[in-house]
Amino acid sequence: MDLYSIYAERVRANVPTALVTVIDGPNIGSMLLLSPGNQPLGTLGEPELDRVVVRDAEGEIEAGRTSVRHYGPQGQTTPEDLVDTPTVRVFVDVSSPPPTMWIFGAVDFTAALAKVAKVLGYHVVVCDAREVFATRRRFPMADEVLVSWPAPLFSERGHQLGSRDAVCILTHDSKFDVPAVQGALGTNVGYIGVMGSRKTHAKRLERLAEVGVTDTADLTRLMSPIGLDLGARTPEETAISICGEIIARRTGRLAPSLRDGTGPIHK
Amino acid sequence: MRDLLDDLDGWRAKGKRIALARVVDIEGSGPRDPGAAMAVNEDGDVIGSVSGGCVEGAVVAEALAMLNGNNTPRLVTFGYSDDEAFAVGLTCGGIIHLFIQPLTF
Repeated sequence: MDLYSIYAERVRANVPTALVTVIDGPNIGSMLLLSPGNQPLGTLGEPELDRVVVRDAEGEIEAGRTSVRHYGPQGQTTPEDLVDTPTVRVFVDVSSPPPTMWIFGAVDFTAALAKVAKVLGYHVVVCDAREVFATRRRFPMADEVLVSWPAPLFSERGHQLGSRDAVCILTHDSKFDVPAVQGALGTNVGYIGVMGSRKTHAKRLERLAEVGVTDTADLTRLMSPIGLDLGARTPEETAISICGEIIARRTGRLAPSLRDGTGPIHK
Repeated sequence: MRDLLDDLDGWRAKGKRIALARVVDIEGSGPRDPGAAMAVNEDGDVIGSVSGGCVEGAVVAEALAMLNGNNTPRLVTFGYSDDEAFAVGLTCGGIIHLFIQPLTF
């Protein structure tokens, strides 16, 4: 199998992968394919360069970062060794698994949110304890539809959630959303949004306090009521407001209109 | 490149020659991050994108030139508005560095 086919196979299987290419210097265009735990495939033309680049590319995979790196012809990295030598520029193209969104509650808002999340490239998991509602037929756009209470799902898979992932709790039902919030707070998930009016939110805080969730650092992680203030009414508009908030939290923006700001758009 | 794989597989199955262009670096404001990719086949079919539409036309020309002649992989830069070699700029004022190569790996 050629390098491209193996690369495509791994990306499709959501295996973290770096496709490394010499973009400047000797052996321009030579490539190396790397996934942690696998033997590197291909070569950049110099064994010592391969060794150093593999080491660095593993770090880039870990960080989920695509970047250009500079080396001496034999993989030298210290600045003194790079004086007066032609450098090799290497493009480390990292493919990370897509981010995950867990949506709790199988309601109309869930279908709309799942749809928008798919557009944004999320792996979408819909979870509800009620068998009649959590069905594939109602959520054909979701990658997984699970009939489960929150606690078992979090104890089984919560450790997989990281800063790029999101948990959206849309149930309005304290039987379900309190354990979902508790579970989410026990993970490193980057975004936790909880649906409900301000009144619902206040009541939910009381319920959370009853089960011992009172730490301010925990409570400030909750985006509740969920979403940006767009004046959204329909499930679809609400989905946009939730996803807009997820993006703004990730980028650290306040989400006003660009027209009313200054400075560069892309930072 | 994830979103290009299905089309690339189709082209490869038909034996089409393909050039691949990837964003490797951005200076200043740029609409697509490093890793954004587009591909062009020998028939001039195009998939993917590397900017907000500002330089795609020029990339297609570069890619077809690569498929029809000098197939050495190369770095191409867009966005220096005063550079005669690459008169196409990004409307957002940034500089975009692309690596273009034949998909023969």
